[in-house]
Amino acid sequence: MKFTLSWLKDHLDTAASLDEIVVALTRIGLEVEGVENPGEKLAAFRIAKVLTAERHPQADKLQVLSVDAGDGPLQVVCGAPNARAGLVGVFGSPGATVPANGMVLKVAAIRGVESNGMMCSTRELELGDDHDGIIELASDAPVGAVYADWAGLNDPVIDVSITPNKQDCMGVRGIARDLAAAGLGTLKPLAVPSSSVIPAPSSVIPAKAGIHTRNASEGAAPSENMNSRLRGNDGAGVAPVTGEGPGPDIRIEDPAGCPAFYAQGVTGVANAAAPEWLAKRLRAIGQKPISALVDITNYVTVDLGRPLHVYDKAKLSGGLVARKARAGETVLALNGKTYSLDETMTVIADDQHVHDIGGIMGGEESGVSETTTDVIIECAFFDPDHIARAGQKLALTSDARQRFERGVDPAFLDDGLAIATRLVLDLCGGQATGVTRAGEPPLGMRSYKYDPTRAETLGGLAVAPERQRTILETLGFTVTDDWNVTPPTWRRDVDGPADLVEEVIRIEGIDNIPSVPLARIPGVATPTATPEQKLERRVRRAAAARGLDEAVTWSFLSEAEAAPFGGGAYALANPISEDLKVMRPSLLPGLLSAASRNVRRGQGSVRLFEIGRRYLAEKERATLGLVLAGERRARGWQSGKPQAFDAFDAKAEALSLLAAAGAPVDNLQVFGEAGDAWHPGQSGTLRLGPKTVLAAFGILHPRVCQAFDLDTGVAAMELYLDAIPAKRGASFMRPAYTPPALQAVRRDFAFLVPADLAADSLARAVKGADKATIVSARVFDVFTKDGETSMAVEVVLQPGDKAFVEAELKAIADKVVAAAAKLGASLRG
Amino acid sequence: MTETDDLKTHLLTAIEAAAGLDALETVRVEALGKQGRVTALLKSLGSLTPEERQVQGPAIHGLREAVTTAIATRKAALESAALEAKLAAERVDMTLPVDVPLAGTIHPVSQVMDELAEIFADLGFAVATGPELETDWHNFTALNIPESHPARAMHDTFYLAGEHTPEDRERPRLLRTHTSPVQIRTMLSQKPPIRIIAPGRTYRSDSDATHTPMFHQVEGLVIDKGITMGHLKWTLETFLKAFFERDDIVLRLRPSYFPFTEPSAEVDVGYTLQKGKRVIGGGGDVENGGWMEVLGSGMVHPKVIAACGLDPEEWQGFAFGCGIDRLAMLKYGMDDLRAFFDGDIRWLKHYGFSALDVPTLSGGVGAA
Repeated sequence: MKFTLSWLKDHLDTAASLDEIVVALTRIGLEVEGVENPGEKLAAFRIAKVLTAERHPQADKLQVLSVDAGDGPLQVVCGAPNARAGLVGVFGSPGATVPANGMVLKVAAIRGVESNGMMCSTRELELGDDHDGIIELASDAPVGAVYADWAGLNDPVIDVSITPNKQDCMGVRGIARDLAAAGLGTLKPLAVPSSSVIPAPSSVIPAKAGIHTRNASEGAAPSENMNSRLRGNDGAGVAPVTGEGPGPDIRIEDPAGCPAFYAQGVTGVANAAAPEWLAKRLRAIGQKPISALVDITNYVTVDLGRPLHVYDKAKLSGGLVARKARAGETVLALNGKTYSLDETMTVIADDQHVHDIGGIMGGEESGVSETTTDVIIECAFFDPDHIARAGQKLALTSDARQRFERGVDPAFLDDGLAIATRLVLDLCGGQATGVTRAGEPPLGMRSYKYDPTRAETLGGLAVAPERQRTILETLGFTVTDDWNVTPPTWRRDVDGPADLVEEVIRIEGIDNIPSVPLARIPGVATPTATPEQKLERRVRRAAAARGLDEAVTWSFLSEAEAAPFGGGAYALANPISEDLKVMRPSLLPGLLSAASRNVRRGQGSVRLFEIGRRYLAEKERATLGLVLAGERRARGWQSGKPQAFDAFDAKAEALSLLAAAGAPVDNLQVFGEAGDAWHPGQSGTLRLGPKTVLAAFGILHPRVCQAFDLDTGVAAMELYLDAIPAKRGASFMRPAYTPPALQAVRRDFAFLVPADLAADSLARAVKGADKATIVSARVFDVFTKDGETSMAVEVVLQPGDKAFVEAELKAIADKVVAAAAKLGASLRG
Repeated sequence: MTETDDLKTHLLTAIEAAAGLDALETVRVEALGKQGRVTALLKSLGSLTPEERQVQGPAIHGLREAVTTAIATRKAALESAALEAKLAAERVDMTLPVDVPLAGTIHPVSQVMDELAEIFADLGFAVATGPELETDWHNFTALNIPESHPARAMHDTFYLAGEHTPEDRERPRLLRTHTSPVQIRTMLSQKPPIRIIAPGRTYRSDSDATHTPMFHQVEGLVIDKGITMGHLKWTLETFLKAFFERDDIVLRLRPSYFPFTEPSAEVDVGYTLQKGKRVIGGGGDVENGGWMEVLGSGMVHPKVIAACGLDPEEWQGFAFGCGIDRLAMLKYGMDDLRAFFDGDIRWLKHYGFSALDVPTLSGGVGAA
C-alpha cells in the first residue's frame, strides 16, 4: 500500500523525519518496501518567466524566447504553440535530465540559433500526459524557485507491505494510528479532507489539501453515539450531512452477504476532473485520476480503508437491492470484463440488472460519467468470507475486495458515508438527499480478560502494565481497571490474549526481546533421526561413494512421461504447465530428463541418482532412482573402445546399495516382471520372498529411451527404500563368533544344463545340497556350444573341527550332482 | 699339482664361465651328476687304502664342497640377472593415465538437511516428516487458515484434481505449501514436550527467476511449558551461528503475521557486502551492511494447539520456518535457484559434496 508523507501528516501530527517514520514502520510490522521522492528527479527544473518571444528566423513553427529563470535572460528555442511573452512555466537548464526520456539537456544550436535549455511540458516532466504545449503556472509563481519545492512535489511516496491481519492499515489513517502508538506523534481528529477552504487551483497549480473539521454537534445520526463510544482515541467522528427529502430506495435481501447497506443521494452534481490536490495524491500512489466522483471513492478507500461506490441514478431502474446473484447472471464490470455470477455471490442490482459485484467491483452500466447529474453513494458492509470466496471464484482482485475480505470497520459506515457525501458536495456541488440505512453492521464486539504478565511469559518481553495500557489505548483498545480489554471495531483480527501480547510487544519493540537458552533435555541424548532417515542417509552417501551424482528433480511431470511407469495417480488441478502436471509414479522419468539434458550438453557418461518420494494412490513411498546413460567407461589405452552400461551394472548398484541399507542381500531372489518401461529380456526385480520387491533394475525399453531423446541402452534401477526390512534387535552386542581354524575347500563342478535354466536356480540348488558344509556356490563360467549350455559352479566347503576325508568329499560331491540333476543338469564328462 | 687340483680349477672356471642356467646345469652334471667326475672321485674313495684315503679324502670332499658352493653362487647370480632382465623388459610408461573411479556427489539440499539435523540434534530436536500430498485440514484449517482466509491467497496452492471436501482429514487435496502441517501431525501423534524440525519438499504455483514451483523448507517446533519468544530468539541465534559457523551473526526481529503463530515475527539476518556479494555475518544497520529476511517465526497460536487436542493454557511453544535452498545459497554461494533442480552434472560436481563430508559436531557441520 502506497501513500505520501504529506498524506500521512493529514492524520498524524508529528515532528518525526522521513527516516524515523520509515524505520518505525518496519519496526512495528508495517514493512517498508520502498520510498521514492518524485521531487528528486525534478530538482534541476526551476520556475521561469518568458520575457520575450519572437519568430525563429529559419523555422515557422519555432520561436526564440528570452527566458528568466532567476539568473537573467537566456536565449531558448521553443516549439510549443502556447509559448508567449509573460508566460510563467518550468525551465530545464543545460545539465538537467528530462525525466520522461532520460535526455540530458545541453547548449545546442537549433536551426542555427543557440538554445540554452528547455521550457517543459507536463509529459516531459512525467506530471501528466499533456504534450500540446509547455506548462503554464500562475503568473505570481516565484521565478527562480525550484519547481518541485513550490509545487509540493517533494512529497516522498512510501510503499508498505500490509499483512492480511492488518486491514486497519489498508487506510492511511490506520497507519497514522499505529505510528502514534509507536510514539511518533499524535493522531489528529477525524476530518473531511477538502479543498473548500482554499480556492480550487487551476489544473497545473498544485495546492495543499485543506482540512475542515465538522463540529460533532451539527447533528447526530442514530448510531452516532454508539460509534463515537467505539471510536476510542479517534475522537468524535464527523457529522452526517443533513440532506433534504427521503434517502435512496435501497433494501437488503441477502443479509448474510451484505448485512448493512447505507446510501445517500446527491442531485445536481457536476462531475468534472478532480481538483489537483486530490488528483496529485492519486497519481503519486500510481492511480490514474478519472473524474471527481470516481476519484473521491478511490481517495476515501485509500485514505480511510473505506471502499465506496457511486451510481449514476439516471441509469438505474427502480431501487437498489443487495441480493444473491442468480446463477448465470452476468455483469460488465468497470474493468471492461464480463463476469458470470452464481448464487453464492452478493450483488447490488436494480429492477433490471446487476450494477455491482458487491464489495468487489462496480458495473460499467451505472458508472458515473461527465454527464452524470444525480448520484447514489453506497457505503455498505459486505461479509468478509463471502467476498473472499466470490473474489477467488471470479479471480478478480480490486482495492475494494482487498479491504472487504480482510474486514472493514463495521462502525465506520456513517462516518464513511458522511465524508464521501461531503466531498461530493464540496468538489461537485449539488444537493444531498437524506440517508437510508438498511440493515445493521455486525460490530462483533468482544472483550478479553488480559493478564499483563503474559507479555513476558509468552512474548518474552517485560513491559510495565501501565505502559501496556497506554499502548493498547493508543491503538484504540478499551482497557478497564481490571484488565478487560475490548478491541476497537477496526481490529477484526484480534482474537484472544495472545493477540494483545502481540500488540504490546510489536509497539514496544519485538527486537528488544532478550534471548533465553532452551534448557537441555535431561538424560542420555537419544538419536533424533528415525530408522528410515538413517537408512536414507546411509544409502545416499553409499551411492555418492560409488561414484553416483545426486540430483533433485521435480515431483511432477507430464502425463506422457508418467505413462510407461504406470501413470500418475494424482494430477494437479492447476499445474504451471502440462509438463508439470501429474505426481511422479517413479523417480526415473525425472532422472531420464536430466540425463537427456546432460547428454545434449556433451556429457559422455551420466550416473544420476535421486532419493525422494513416488506418489502412489495408496501412499508416498521413499525411493531411490538411478539412471546410467552414455558410456560406463570412456575409450582408453587399456580398455580399448568405450563400454556401454548393461543391466548387470544396474544390478550391481542395486545389490551394493541394498547391502549398504542393511538388506539381507544373500537371501534376495531375482524375478522378472520389472514392468513395461523395461527391456523385457534384460531387466528384473530383486525380491525378498516372492512378494516383497526391494528393487527393479535393468535396461530400459528402447521406446522409453527414445521418448526422452536418449540412445538405447540406458541402464536404470529403482530401490524401494520403505520395503527394506528394519534391522531387528537394537542391542550393540554382537553374537559370539570365532573364525574357523581349518581352511575352506574349493571344488569346481561343470554341468550341462537345460537352455532355460537360470544360473541362480542352479547355484541355489547346489548350495542347498549339503547345508552343513557348503557355504557358497557361485556360477563362474557360462558358455553355449553346439546347442548345449554349460555352467561351471565353484563350491566352497567349510570343514568343522576336523579336516574332510576323501570319502566325505565324495559324498558331498554326490549330493551336489544329485541336486543339480533335479534341475535337469548333468555333470559334464 | 694333483689331479684333484686340476679338476677343481677346470670345474670352477667352467662354472664361472657358464653363461646361463642351462650351461651351469651341464657343468653341474659333468661334476656332480651320477656319472660326474667329482662323483666318480667320491666313489673311488672306497677302493683306496686307509692311508691313501687319509690323504685323498679331504681333498676330494673339499673339491665337492667348492664346486657345490660355486654352482649355487653362480646360479643365484644368473637367476638374479635373468630376473633383472625380465623386469627391465616389463617396463611400462607410468605416466599413462588411469581410470580413477569417479567421485560421486551429495546434492547441496541433502547436505544442508544433514547439517540442520546435526545442529538441532545437539539442541534435542528430532527430525519429523509428513506427507507432501496434504489434506486441506492439515495444511490450512488446523493452522488457523480457514477456507476464506486472505492468507490463503499468499500461498499459491497447487490443488489435486478431483472432488474433495475441505473437512476430509484423510484424502490429500493439495500439495503442501509449507512444512507447517508437520507441526499438526506431530502434535496429534506425540505428547509434549515436543522439539522437532521437519525438513522437506514444499510447493507453490510460482515460477520465475527466484521462485520454483517446488522448493525445500525446514520447520521447527517446540511445545513445552513456559516457552517464550525469548527461547525462540535464542534458538534461532544458536541455529544460525552454528549453521554459518560465525559468532558475529546478528538478528533483527520484525513483527509480522502468520495465521498459525501469535505473536509472529519475521527474522532478518545481518549481512556485509564483500566484493559486491552479500556475506552473512556482522552487517545490519552499518555501512556496507544490510538485513536479509531468512525466517518466519512466532509463538504457536492457541487455536492451533487446541486443534491438535492440547490445552493451550497448559502448553505453549514456538515454531519457525525457513527455506533450505536459500540457506544453502547463502552459505555456499550458489546464485541460481533453478539450477538446484536441473541435474546438470557440471553443477552437481561443482556445488555438490563428497560422500565423506558427513556433517558432525566434532568435524564441523559445514564442508569447506
